[in-house]
Amino acid sequence: MIGSGILHGLAVTAKNFAGSFTDPARLVTVGYPEERLPPKENARQFPFLVFDGDDSEAGLRCVACQICEKECPPQCIFIIKSKAKKPDHLGKPQLYPATFDIDFSVCMSCQICVEVCPFDAIKMDQEFELATADRFDGLLRHKDQLARPNAYFQKLHPTDAGAIDTLRAAEAEKARAAAAVKAAATASESVKPPAAPGSVP
Amino acid sequence: MDALDAIFVTLKHLVVGWFPALLQPWVSALISIGAILAIFPLLFGLTTVLERKALARIQNRPGPNRVGPAGFLQFVADGIKSLTKEDIVPRAADRVVHFLAPLVVVIPPLLSFAVLPVGRNMVALDLRETGLLFFLMVGTAVELGVFMAGWSSHNKYSLLGAMRALAQLLSYELPLLLSTVPVVMLTGSLSLVGIVEKQSAVHGGFLMGWNLFTPWGAAGAVLFFIAAIAEANRSPFDLPEAESEIVAGYFTEYSGFKFALFFLGEYLGLFAVSGLGITLFLGGWLPPFSFLAWIPSWLWFLCKLAGLMVVFIWLRGTLPRLRMDQLMRFAWQFLLPMALVNLLVAGLWHFTSPWPVALRWLLGVAILAVPYLMFNRAFERRHPQRTYRYVS
Amino acid sequence: MTLPFALLAGLVLGGALAAVTCRERVHAGLFLALSLVGLALVFLRLDAEFIGFVQILVYVGAVAVLIVFAILLTRGAENPRERLGNSPGFGILLAVAVFALLAWALTSASFPKASETAAALTVRGVGDRLMREYVLPLQAIGLLLTAALIGAAVIALPAPTNPATPPTNHDPE
Repeated sequence: MIGSGILHGLAVTAKNFAGSFTDPARLVTVGYPEERLPPKENARQFPFLVFDGDDSEAGLRCVACQICEKECPPQCIFIIKSKAKKPDHLGKPQLYPATFDIDFSVCMSCQICVEVCPFDAIKMDQEFELATADRFDGLLRHKDQLARPNAYFQKLHPTDAGAIDTLRAAEAEKARAAAAVKAAATASESVKPPAAPGSVP
Repeated sequence: MDALDAIFVTLKHLVVGWFPALLQPWVSALISIGAILAIFPLLFGLTTVLERKALARIQNRPGPNRVGPAGFLQFVADGIKSLTKEDIVPRAADRVVHFLAPLVVVIPPLLSFAVLPVGRNMVALDLRETGLLFFLMVGTAVELGVFMAGWSSHNKYSLLGAMRALAQLLSYELPLLLSTVPVVMLTGSLSLVGIVEKQSAVHGGFLMGWNLFTPWGAAGAVLFFIAAIAEANRSPFDLPEAESEIVAGYFTEYSGFKFALFFLGEYLGLFAVSGLGITLFLGGWLPPFSFLAWIPSWLWFLCKLAGLMVVFIWLRGTLPRLRMDQLMRFAWQFLLPMALVNLLVAGLWHFTSPWPVALRWLLGVAILAVPYLMFNRAFERRHPQRTYRYVS
Repeated sequence: MTLPFALLAGLVLGGALAAVTCRERVHAGLFLALSLVGLALVFLRLDAEFIGFVQILVYVGAVAVLIVFAILLTRGAENPRERLGNSPGFGILLAVAVFALLAWALTSASFPKASETAAALTVRGVGDRLMREYVLPLQAIGLLLTAALIGAAVIALPAPTNPATPPTNHDPE
């Protein structure tokens, strides 16, 4: 019948209208600045640098290998290697970035830097309120602004951070064991210089 | 209660009385003009907020809720924004016509409020002989404004919008005019006040004699309001300004306050044509039942206007936009023949007045139902029930 | 001749003159609409409300709109450069002849002087006259318009296809 479809449609919209007042499942919109949705674990905005411990300079995981800089599709990462070296979590001396800049106005949040980083040093942040009056320097983030403690990373991505922490702890344990054996060996060597040739670990 | 009913009339007489007799007609006219200029644009602002909120609710959103209490001052913010925006005129545009078009769109609806009786004794200009004609005449002037806007912009989208608007307005004017004719036939007057007064008869002790409560009135009201929505360029007949197809149609090239003027004109046109529909079919400022007569007449008119706006907003939230050929086919193949049949029904209603009411109703409904069912059969033959393979 | 009448006459004549001299066709159409509005205002000043409103309703609301619509639909609306004809003399002659004919008709016609207390022309009176005295012309006009309408519908009908292949109605609706 001509017009019956219109009446049916009107009934549907009327149900929607009334339901948006009574049924919270229908009205899913949140009044943003005051109310916020709980963050999703896999949400990502822009990258940040992870550091261990309390000192953002000493604990920075980044070794300035520049893989992320090369892989970044929009070329928004800029790294200058340091001249000196500092020990990493395994005690090995490593280079570190003297300069590490990311231009957020260029970054496209693709997470490729995170994928390629062999040191789990760069991760995705969830902060999105980055509006600034200065679109050049205001969006160019330097090393000290990008560095975040590992606890922050653990809070944002617990699953990811947990796995990485276990892995790194195991690595460190292994390195410490190796170092201990090595130390023991050097110690015994210093005590008994003519050691058995087959006792090298 | 009569005091409350006549409060505005009394106030006006009071104010007019302060002036010397020579100035009194002028002051009276100025007060009426001022009232029209103040009330209907304010209603426009409130309607836009209500519309945005209601549409949002239909789409399960909260809608504007920031400016003022519950977002109801949003229209003030919108107005300030459009006033302070840059007014851009395209270099290729026809400057004079481009400037005149928004005025030609806004002024006619404002003029038409002059003859609209919004309450007992509350009409700015009572044209005893030609009130309805004045109203319809003023309505047609909008077409020219729309055309001027679309053509002068020298923009293809605008021109397409203007062409669509002209085709649509010309096609739907005919059913609009024809659906008002039965009222004139049965009332024997073109005066809008006279038409309202004619509906004040009481039937069965309580039911008022609204034209809606007759077979020709009910059918006429439906036809009238369909045509009115099309005349006001409102969804689902908003082809001239279809955003998803031709940007904003005839006012694509307008910015700042001129853009706001087009919106104002559109809503004022909607108010005007709704007011005409209320006057013709819904009893004007009369209550539906005689025992509700204690509510002031102007409040009745406002309530009816608000009710119609709710229906229009509801329809806008429900129906998708028509296609051009569907639009034309609907006007010429359905509305126009039904309006002509309705003329016949109205004539029969007039000549069968001695008959019992039930028999007259039966006759009217039967005459209207036959072509409707025929259209229905033709429609269903052309559009067989769709079957969907992948949708339940 | 009073001042309001002079103003209105100026509006009518100016609009008409602009309508025939304007190079831009759409402008010409709009000026024609202006001229017709002026004419309606003249009617209103003569207290002929009905005629005045109908004048705007029909001529401005429908005829002028149709004219601009037709201008847009026909080709060449964008370049009004072409000349109207090779022999302006013939056109001028024709115009003068028509003017002379009209002038002769107007001057030879006798207008009965309206009495001071002429009965106000009501809409009802117009209707009565149309349905009683002038019913035959009315019907003739109705017939003419119906014929025009049917003719327009016939022109607008889709061209007949080859009867060998029945038309497949692929209506996308």
